[in-house]
Amino acid sequence: MIGLEDLYREIILDHYRTPRNRGELETPPAQRVEGFNPLCGDEIIVYLQVDDSGVIDDVAIGGQGCSISQSSASMMSVAIKGRTIEDARKLIVAFKGLMSIHETEIGGDGSEAALGIELEGAAEDMKLGDLEALRGVVKFPIRIKCATLSWNTLAQALDEAAAA
Amino acid sequence: MTLPAAIKSDFPLLDQQFHDHQLVYLDSANTSQKPQVVIDAMADYYENTNANVHRGSYELAVRATAALEGARAKVASFINAKSVSEVVFTKNATESMNLLARSWAETNLRSGDAVVISEMEHHANIVPWHMLRAQKGIELRWIPVDQSGHLDLSSLDRLLDGAKLLSVTAMSNVLGTLNPIAQLSERAHAAGALMAVDASQYVPHMPTDVQALGADFLVFTGHKMLAPMGIGVLWARAELLDAMPPFLGGGEMILNVTKDGFTANEIPWKFEAGTPMVAEAVGLGRAVDYLSDLGMDNVRRHEVELTAYALRTLTERHGDKITIHGPTEPAERGGVMSFIYGDVHPHDVAQVLDQSGIAVRAGHHCAKPLMDVLGTNATSRASLYVYNDKSDLDKLADALSAVDDIFSF
Repeated sequence: MIGLEDLYREIILDHYRTPRNRGELETPPAQRVEGFNPLCGDEIIVYLQVDDSGVIDDVAIGGQGCSISQSSASMMSVAIKGRTIEDARKLIVAFKGLMSIHETEIGGDGSEAALGIELEGAAEDMKLGDLEALRGVVKFPIRIKCATLSWNTLAQALDEAAAA
Repeated sequence: MTLPAAIKSDFPLLDQQFHDHQLVYLDSANTSQKPQVVIDAMADYYENTNANVHRGSYELAVRATAALEGARAKVASFINAKSVSEVVFTKNATESMNLLARSWAETNLRSGDAVVISEMEHHANIVPWHMLRAQKGIELRWIPVDQSGHLDLSSLDRLLDGAKLLSVTAMSNVLGTLNPIAQLSERAHAAGALMAVDASQYVPHMPTDVQALGADFLVFTGHKMLAPMGIGVLWARAELLDAMPPFLGGGEMILNVTKDGFTANEIPWKFEAGTPMVAEAVGLGRAVDYLSDLGMDNVRRHEVELTAYALRTLTERHGDKITIHGPTEPAERGGVMSFIYGDVHPHDVAQVLDQSGIAVRAGHHCAKPLMDVLGTNATSRASLYVYNDKSDLDKLADALSAVDDIFSF
């Protein structure tokens, strides 16, 4: 039987209670992108500051939402800080793989397959670290959108940062 | 108890377990469960009566047509319509509201004309007007909601000045607030405006008399009143329907078609293009019979009692931790209780409750402008119907304690 302990792991609750990199960054130079989950009205704001060499030198998270969306955003901010845009993109693929969203199915419609599919290629060597704690979300399909909200928002912010 | 004690056993779906707990269904404002008699009536229609309606000359088709029109007559009587022809079948309340906007409002409103709605409307009574605003340049005015969850009518005269339509929910799907529809109708008419009512939460739970409400249009949906999904109703005064152009064009809605044009059918069929949802209408008719047998006065009494019990129990058990939105007086509200539990997000509350087999909705309930008034993104919502009893609410109060076990910081 699937239990709530699979969802609400201690490390998730820790990031929910004490969110990392919470706040705002000055725009510009930072990018500011908002993401919405129309299902529940949750809202995430990702601030991303990328230096000349394409390294994310600062990140901040705003908005409000449930424990899963907030902790996912907090862990994401820790994971991408100091990484290159390219690595952050690989991390998105790796995280979506953890959420059983196959790379080829990541599209404009945000469709998500609830099937366990092996990751492939570029993202394989990315270490997810604490983010592994969110693995249990897959057993609660309705919450996958909560966990991926910040990551979809990040993807948009990376595109804007790369284009800037 | 004002309803039969064994009423739960009329609803086969309720007899199942989730996560090793008996299902406690507290999401009837979202959709209701269906009694066996409704399920049987629909199966019987397909087993014995199915044929296309209004066009076959054989006996089977005559029976199918009679089944559809019989259901319409039951609905007309249930809401005390003056005439059966005032009941238009649609897909749901949203379609009914769009029919009103696309047919009546598009024909009768011009740029600058005002439509007045309230801050507690469901998106179904907001978005069609936004669309009409974009299309025709109408003005949209909002009746504010006060902190007690009631409409603030202090500025109504000003809002209605020059308005063409007042369109308001009879019962809030978030707060449970019952709005003074008869009074609002009078004031709308005095200002020269027509009155539309979103009765999606009202008709399933209250004795409804469209004539006493004084409304010009009233919309509701079948699936919230024990009937299947896919059948809704637009009621309007016959002379209004007569003067309105058709909404969708096609078969069924015409008297004659030539290469030069068409002659629209009489009401209500003028608005029912294409093959209608006959089995769903039959299901709605049977649901109306079921509710009438219970007695809508008893349905209402049961809900007032249960709402009073819920408000009392939740407050006693969880004190300051729980905030229940909407009117505090059970007689002023329906059995729709939106609540916030501590600082725990409603999605997390609903997730923990699900683990105890309790189904509540979490989110913005298709009422985002109201969420802004409440100063939140989302609430948890427990909503009641005829099959709920006190034990369901005891289980809700118990299960909320489990939220503390996980989220008490």
